[in-house]
Amino acid sequence: MSETPKASTVKSDSPSRAYGLIAEFETPAQIMKAAERVRDSGYKWWDCCTPFPVHGLDQAMGIRPTILPIIVFFMGMAGTSAAFVLQSFTNASDLTVWAGVWVTGYPFLISGKPFMSLPAFIPVMFELTILFAALSTFGLMFAFNGLPQLYHPLFRSKRFRRATDDRFFIVIEARDPHYFKARTREFLESLDPIAVEEVKD
Amino acid sequence: MTSINVDRKIQSRDTDNTQDVPGSRAPLVLNMDKFNQVTQQVCQIAEARRTPMAWYITFAIGLGLLSLLGFCIVYLIVTGVGVWGLNNPVMWAYDITNFVFWVGIGHAGTLISAILFLFRQKWRTGINRFAEAMTIFAVMCAGIFPGIHVGRVWVVYWLFPLPNQMEMWPQFRSPLLWDVFAVGTYFTVSLLFWFTGLVPDLATLRDRAKGKIQQIAYGAFSLGWRGSNRHWHRYERAYLLLAALSTPLVLSVHSVVSFDFATSQLPGWHTTIFPPYFVAGAIFSGFAMVVTLAIPAREMFGLKNLITLRHLDNMNKVILLTGCMVGYAYAMEFFIAWYSGAIYEKFAFINRAFGQYWWAYLLMVSCNVITPQLFWFKAIRTSIPIMFVLSLLVNVGMWFERFVIIVTSLANDFLPSSWDVFTPTWVDIGTFFGSFGLFLVMFMLFCRFLPMIAIAEVKAVMPEADPHFGDDHGHDDHDSEESKEVRA
Repeated sequence: MSETPKASTVKSDSPSRAYGLIAEFETPAQIMKAAERVRDSGYKWWDCCTPFPVHGLDQAMGIRPTILPIIVFFMGMAGTSAAFVLQSFTNASDLTVWAGVWVTGYPFLISGKPFMSLPAFIPVMFELTILFAALSTFGLMFAFNGLPQLYHPLFRSKRFRRATDDRFFIVIEARDPHYFKARTREFLESLDPIAVEEVKD
Repeated sequence: MTSINVDRKIQSRDTDNTQDVPGSRAPLVLNMDKFNQVTQQVCQIAEARRTPMAWYITFAIGLGLLSLLGFCIVYLIVTGVGVWGLNNPVMWAYDITNFVFWVGIGHAGTLISAILFLFRQKWRTGINRFAEAMTIFAVMCAGIFPGIHVGRVWVVYWLFPLPNQMEMWPQFRSPLLWDVFAVGTYFTVSLLFWFTGLVPDLATLRDRAKGKIQQIAYGAFSLGWRGSNRHWHRYERAYLLLAALSTPLVLSVHSVVSFDFATSQLPGWHTTIFPPYFVAGAIFSGFAMVVTLAIPAREMFGLKNLITLRHLDNMNKVILLTGCMVGYAYAMEFFIAWYSGAIYEKFAFINRAFGQYWWAYLLMVSCNVITPQLFWFKAIRTSIPIMFVLSLLVNVGMWFERFVIIVTSLANDFLPSSWDVFTPTWVDIGTFFGSFGLFLVMFMLFCRFLPMIAIAEVKAVMPEADPHFGDDHGHDDHDSEESKEVRA
């Protein structure tokens, strides 16, 4: 996503704008081999669509590891701190701050326990760590994937519906600088697929 | 009976796959070698025009119980908590028993989806989807009880740290507030985990949907998933993260629930063994519930080749293990009550076993300690009718365990002059059975409209999903360092 090549604009060789070409494969082994060839041939705007994650396909495609876990770690830490601040503010301080409305801490004494009872604050700190981390894992995973995206040109293709069932697809997008309809189709056909099809945008 | 017609014979026959053959992995999906067969078999349950008659009967029973729950709750709110059988020393009884019972049930789902995932137990794929659904519905049932037992339900938002006109805050040094955060987090994270798993399967249903309503509903909830491997990459990482986050979470939730008791000074509650003992009991009862649900579900919808005897056998082994842990905890509690020399503690335990609630204690010990021991025998672990009965007995026993812990300790505390007996009223009993109605209705709706088996995950554990399946070894070594940098 980071090293986005400049998308070449209008393609002269197609009258109606094409989204790209898709090639259909039958087994994980076939798409694995094909993905390595596409990777090595220099295409940038391409993808594999599979009904389940195929083991090793990430490397075959040359996908860099996502930074999601690092962000999630810091979000978890933010949860820990938020819980600590919340508890020490409400139960161990008499500060007045503005948080949407004016709120004031209320240190009240319960059976002689200290106001700032760090051990007693640990469970809530733990729970909010998990909560913040899990919410950000969920939210950021879909956000990084550009989802929800209810419409996509690939959904036009009847053939492509089997990508969530039992077929494996390689998609090369028309905006790739190396994309030329005839040449790319020829290249995809050399990968030995069941079928190659053009998808309109 | 139904329009489910693909190889009915294969799906409704039990094949013994519990044998371990050295050197080869036991198959997790029986009688199938094409991905399309998995899709077809799971999806046609959600797509079928006609639903099995057994579904309608169960759903009707569920609706009946659900209305009982609704009636009891409304009656409670308009009248007051006096409609329950609570009295002065016994101020917690059915409400908290039911709460702990339902939260405990949920734990097996998270154990299957998260802990077994981290341990790479691939057999989990057959059962994780509906076990997670069970978790969510069980936590919903659990959440009702603390919500309605507070007395003035209309100020239940005082549970949360929200600014209010009294300028008061919740008391964060109280385990009851930790519970709010633990159970709230548990529900949220379980839901996220479940939904994340569902997205690719909803996309499968979307791509197969014929009707307009199905297309829109499955289309909207599948978020536009198209199986892109760049998406799968982040998805798998996120799934691993959620599993890693849920694992300590599930252990913490029942520990925090046990703090409600353990941090008090009541004899019979004030023990350090409670957190691990509660967690083991939760997993014990939860697995029993998974078995109780899996047996009719695989029968009703013909899923015997996906939820195989081996799956049930494995679950029974977990029940045996956690049953032994629970039995050990019972024995150790008794031992410590004697060994500590604390007279109130000693009395509390002798009173549990031989006092006015001796029958509840007997039920608890016989169901929770003796019943699981039968699972040492393989013939019993692989016999469907016997394991069904035993799993029901474990559920009964685990409900009584919570009842015994909560009620006997409260009924007979330090001062004999304040002792009393708790007798449930019809509202207590009605609310308890009613909560099963909520659970059943939710579970039946789930079975009917959502993929009950994790389609994508099951496909991924089939031998055919391995890129090395067959004799094709043409591609380069994808573990080598240089292949990662080829694009650069």
